[in-house]
Amino acid sequence: MRYSFGGDEHIFVEVDESMSLEAFFKALFITNAVRDRAIDGVTEICPANASFQIKFDPDRISPDDMLAELKKLEAAAESSAPVIETRIIEMPVLYNDPWTHETLMRFRDRHQDPKATDLEYAARVNGKESVEAFIEAHSGAPWFVSMVGFVAGLPFLYQMVDRPRQLEVPKYLRPRTDTPKLTVGYGGCFTAVYSVRGAGGYQMFGITPMPIYDPKSEHAYISDDTMCLFRPGDIVKFRRIGREAYDAAVADVEAGRFTPKIAPVTFSLDDFNADIDGYNRKLEGALNGR
Amino acid sequence: MAVDAIEVVKPGLATTVQDLGRPGFYHLGIPLSGAMDQFALAAANMLVGNEPGAAGLEAVFMGPELLFRADATVAVCGAELPPKVDGAPMETWTSFAVKAGQVLSFDYLKAGARGYIAVSGGIDVPVVLGSRSTYPLGGLGGFEGRALAAGDKLSTGVGAAARAGRKLPAELWRGPGAAPVELRMLPGLYWHRVTEASGARFLSDTWKVAPEADRIGYRFRGGSPLEYVPREQPFGAGSDPSNIVDACYPYGSIQVPGGTEPIVLHRDAVSGGGYMMVGTVISADMDLIGQLQPHMPVKFVEVDMAGALAARKARADMLGRVAAHLA
Repeated sequence: MRYSFGGDEHIFVEVDESMSLEAFFKALFITNAVRDRAIDGVTEICPANASFQIKFDPDRISPDDMLAELKKLEAAAESSAPVIETRIIEMPVLYNDPWTHETLMRFRDRHQDPKATDLEYAARVNGKESVEAFIEAHSGAPWFVSMVGFVAGLPFLYQMVDRPRQLEVPKYLRPRTDTPKLTVGYGGCFTAVYSVRGAGGYQMFGITPMPIYDPKSEHAYISDDTMCLFRPGDIVKFRRIGREAYDAAVADVEAGRFTPKIAPVTFSLDDFNADIDGYNRKLEGALNGR
Repeated sequence: MAVDAIEVVKPGLATTVQDLGRPGFYHLGIPLSGAMDQFALAAANMLVGNEPGAAGLEAVFMGPELLFRADATVAVCGAELPPKVDGAPMETWTSFAVKAGQVLSFDYLKAGARGYIAVSGGIDVPVVLGSRSTYPLGGLGGFEGRALAAGDKLSTGVGAAARAGRKLPAELWRGPGAAPVELRMLPGLYWHRVTEASGARFLSDTWKVAPEADRIGYRFRGGSPLEYVPREQPFGAGSDPSNIVDACYPYGSIQVPGGTEPIVLHRDAVSGGGYMMVGTVISADMDLIGQLQPHMPVKFVEVDMAGALAARKARADMLGRVAAHLA
């Protein structure tokens, strides 16, 4: 792990230069430990994909003491079993929807492959025989929320499969100036769900009817304590839906009746690595009360 | 409390309600927000008898025009944005009275970028996630989650107004000083990815504030492009040598997308992303960035942690002298 001060108020820790579930898990584990220790002077605890960041008040804890605390927690993290209590959340997705399609057609001049759609391009560069097969892979295995940020409530998700099965798609050559709200996008090895409308450089695959950021406290399933649905460490399963189910879900959201499927689960990295597909099936079972 | 004490006649360019910010939610992508020049907001608040962290208005480049429906004491600190009451000029860094029925307006900006308008009792918008600050990108906090518009009505809180005519001497005004403005930074984060010669050029070049400079971040141009230590790009990082596996961005961190134009993130920072950062502007100098105008020449000056902490103490001591002067 590489420690670096970010000015006099932050410590930035790169767990690994490369993305992996192991690196993410270690970042999550140590940041959870920092939270549990309630160290005086710590003001922000931010796990990221393969790194994490602590913001502190140097008037309350000196930078050197803060660094020493983190190194102690790193040692403790090495010796404990990589297990977390978390939850699995189902997110319905209308792939190949008309709204992201309209948007991506407007920005073809910024794309690697102006003659194809984002999904067609993603399927091809990942060696899939069809868009269908690509969507199958994307909505098949579940995903870890490996970071929340960029803008309010936006989750970065990393798929819970081994490295050879990871989907990789470059970002747009030049970022778009527009992305529909709740777009399911893809860049590098991460899915992102755009919490608000705005600029973006990720490939656009579909849209979810499920709001994930709630600044006006309109949705009962999003806590008023944070106004964001996701937190790092959540597990997400995408469920492919059709237009009818999408419209019904939007109507439910507008009527205040929409409730996502959410279930508590325990995640063990060792058990997961021993049987990835079997373990994922077990996690998904929790969504259906199994 | 005075309900609808202030009516916005003209909103200015992008006037927002800000206090000292909203810590604790950066891990969800919700940034601190709050005044970009925290020293100026605190000083203006103390001048009118408020707590230093009361909510005030941040006006950028151009002041608003405000019709007062209740008597208040007002102070304007930060940029040299000269206030007027019913057309009569008032001084900055000085408390003055605005009576019910009078209009507070502003002359053209003379220096700096952001004026902080404190009103006795503070601006009373709902507290959202612990703060009254506006985060416009997320539509959160402040007045309906956005910059002020004509016709908006602002309420003020309770508080004994300080008298008019309280004044801070010029030695207690804080601002960026003469050009080129020096922004002190602690190299680090991904500094090791830049060659030694390129790092030295980064620090010796004079940069200019680009027009793309706002509450999210300040962009600079005019210096040499970065040169990188060669490496094979790690899995998940993206293909450009300025790319990293998406990580958190410290406040004040200096990212250089594509290696060409540094961006210093500020109070409405995007909380993370995939661009390497070469270091971080120290906490003491963040206020100064909020007062930089486009095209202003700037140099990044390397300091160590001891230097950063000494500068932080000097700033806190100066704010202490403001409080003592007004006690």
